[in-house]
Amino acid sequence: MAHGPATLADGWGKYISRWVFTTNHKDIGTLYLWFSFAMFIMGGAFAMIIRAELFQPGMQLIKPEFFNQMTTMHGLVMVFGAIMPAFVGLANWLIPMMIGAPDMALPRMNNLSFWILPFAFAILTSTLFMEGGGPNFGWTFYAPLSTTYAPDTVNYFIFGVHIMGASSIMGSINIIATVMNMRAPGMTYMKMPLFVWTWVITAFLLVAVMPVLAGAVTMMLMDINFGTSFFDAAGGGDPVLFQHVFWFFGHPEVYIIILPAFGVVSQIIPTFSRKPLFGYSSMVYATAAIAFLSFVVWAHHMFTVGMPIAGELYFMYATMLIAVPTGVKVFNWITTMYRGSLTFETPMLFSIAFVILFTFGGFTGMMLSIAAADMQYHDTYFVVAHFHYVMVAGAVFSGTAAVYYWLPKWCGKMYNETMGKVQFWIAFIGFNITFMPQHFLGLAGMPRRYADYGLQFADWNMVSSIGAFMYGGAQILFLFNVIRTIGWGKPTDDPQVWEGAEGLEWTLPTPAPYHTFATPPEVK
Amino acid sequence: MSTEGTYYVPEQSKLPIFAATGMGVMAYGAASWVMEGGTASIFLVGSLIMAAVLYKWWSIVIDENMRGLASPQLKHSYVLGMLWFIFSEVMFFACFFGALFYVRVLVNSWIGGEAAVGWFDDTPTDAAAANAQLLWPGYETAWPPMITPDQAVNGEAAQFKGPDEAMNNPGILKWASWLPFWNTVVLLTSSATVHIAHVALKDGNRKKFNRWLGITVALGIFFLFLQAEEYIHAYQELGLTLESGIYGTTFFMLTGFHGMHVTLGTAMLLIQWLRGLKGHFNQDDQFGFEAASWYWHFVDVVWVGLFIFVYILT
Repeated sequence: MAHGPATLADGWGKYISRWVFTTNHKDIGTLYLWFSFAMFIMGGAFAMIIRAELFQPGMQLIKPEFFNQMTTMHGLVMVFGAIMPAFVGLANWLIPMMIGAPDMALPRMNNLSFWILPFAFAILTSTLFMEGGGPNFGWTFYAPLSTTYAPDTVNYFIFGVHIMGASSIMGSINIIATVMNMRAPGMTYMKMPLFVWTWVITAFLLVAVMPVLAGAVTMMLMDINFGTSFFDAAGGGDPVLFQHVFWFFGHPEVYIIILPAFGVVSQIIPTFSRKPLFGYSSMVYATAAIAFLSFVVWAHHMFTVGMPIAGELYFMYATMLIAVPTGVKVFNWITTMYRGSLTFETPMLFSIAFVILFTFGGFTGMMLSIAAADMQYHDTYFVVAHFHYVMVAGAVFSGTAAVYYWLPKWCGKMYNETMGKVQFWIAFIGFNITFMPQHFLGLAGMPRRYADYGLQFADWNMVSSIGAFMYGGAQILFLFNVIRTIGWGKPTDDPQVWEGAEGLEWTLPTPAPYHTFATPPEVK
Repeated sequence: MSTEGTYYVPEQSKLPIFAATGMGVMAYGAASWVMEGGTASIFLVGSLIMAAVLYKWWSIVIDENMRGLASPQLKHSYVLGMLWFIFSEVMFFACFFGALFYVRVLVNSWIGGEAAVGWFDDTPTDAAAANAQLLWPGYETAWPPMITPDQAVNGEAAQFKGPDEAMNNPGILKWASWLPFWNTVVLLTSSATVHIAHVALKDGNRKKFNRWLGITVALGIFFLFLQAEEYIHAYQELGLTLESGIYGTTFFMLTGFHGMHVTLGTAMLLIQWLRGLKGHFNQDDQFGFEAASWYWHFVDVVWVGLFIFVYILT
């Protein structure tokens, strides 16, 4: 524990083995963050291919079969490879520093959770180069498209999902054990920073639903290779069963993605408002309520599948209920800013944009929750626009905010504020140009996941594609700014970094030492 | 809550990367194995790597514990880890039980043209019947479905054929000659014997501990033997296979996954038994054994669920 980590000056061998064999939560957090950014770029490249093809009607660049693989891989890579690992990376870096722990509870398992991911995604992406191509059945992989009519490579997809799920479960168990067992004396549950609260609830959701995803892909595996009939009505099963099982996983999954984002924003907004978070305990209870409700609303993704009316009504009302705790959160963020002395550094800009755009995405979610109206919206670009408002402007914006906010603490160097703000405005404007028109396209009836479209949709598609390239460009700027900061940023050793920041991580020196809180601090 | 600076953070470890490699090779190997013309070789290589890593990993953890590196707080992390792992297993089985209930209660009625549970399903019966007449004429709602919808329409040409006989509950008076009943007896008894072993260990009675844990392992193996007998019986005499429509599917997937977990649990207990013979554990430090016994109680509870919903209620 005495000596520091190996650096490049110690030679490549030592440097590489530091990262590969590490048990340090900060190293593992860094690995997660870089991996997720690499996946973000890859998933983003897939999105660029999609938008380039949709720039004009007719088929220009790629074949429809490849287009299907691109939409599928874009979804899978972004959800499981980019957003989830990004927040696990933040959890690794921050939770021990926020609760005064020396490290994560199970450091070796922590490293295993990370190193499974490169294998899982290597297996998944390798299918793109195999005969028959990669998965082409949409990221929700509905049966029978993913069973009877799937390419042979679906088996690689299935086992890739299996080990990726194992990684998630181990990572989550680690987070739960850390939070339950490693808090510094005096750090009671209701004193924990909200980021820690949202993550521990997220981890609970992951442990609960990842096994269900494993069950879903196992059923697929059996149906495809071993003659079972889970998803085949001819044998007495039901393709709709797949949707129920998948969405029992899938709906909590969307909260797994957004809850840590809520946590990040709940840390950043008080700092730049120079006021404590408004309604801390209501935030905690609202997060728990959202997590509970996420288990009982799954079939609102399946309104058009032919459920009994009682089912449609129940899932409609239960879904609408989620707006209540979510509304509490939005109210609290806004009230935290109310009469605060606000400044608008890059993390704050991204956080405010998060609040506005996520709320917008929440409202379109309310529209979609109305079962009768959903008959019209289902499987159109309106849905695509809705979930990109919550996934991109929600999760990705908050992840970007988190990197800008904590990067000085991590590496002891300040990022370039001007470049950060320029990135924000390009991303903000580009994002809205991309996805706002998709609402109009969807309401006008353009179906999602098609490689071509009718001429009446041409104008808005072109606008959307231009916005997408703009948004993609902003990410290159982001990468450049981060690398520039780490390499050549202005050094800082102010432990506080941000004037209004509160919490244990800001009591540590800047940059944060390799080992922190070997002796737990006393929390008053 | 934390105690003063005693938490053991291992400095660096080669275990995780080898474990991840093993899992990656296993996953890739499993996928290429099930493909047309695939072989098990890559999968077996991965399994070997994995087995070696797990052996090494647990040896190191046991060694650390014996050297006194594991503080009470670290031990509590292990307890939490095991409990939440078991919770994830509960959810895995919940997934397959959920599929069984959904198919039995709703799908089976719908395919046969009946409205399902009255208050839930308000489809008029004649509309449901008309739908079913269109899609699967001749299929009659029944559990277990001895004739699949496919058979009802296509007869002998059907791809999915129902079983000749199901694993039916013969009525409580005939349970004495019914294998699943004896499976239940064996497994419930083993849950009691593992508890006796636990109490004995806490009392410091090692001989009694070794004896009763040995009996538990034997009962676990006996259960697996009975289960194998039952599968042979199903395949050879009842014509009940994994491919016998949804009944065979749910029957073999649920009991099969349970059997896999019993195998794992038996292996865990066997290792704890061998460790006990080597003199590991003492009156207040026995986590390895306790974790295995919790797992054992868990597979026992799953079996009770199986016995009720898969065997009795047919």
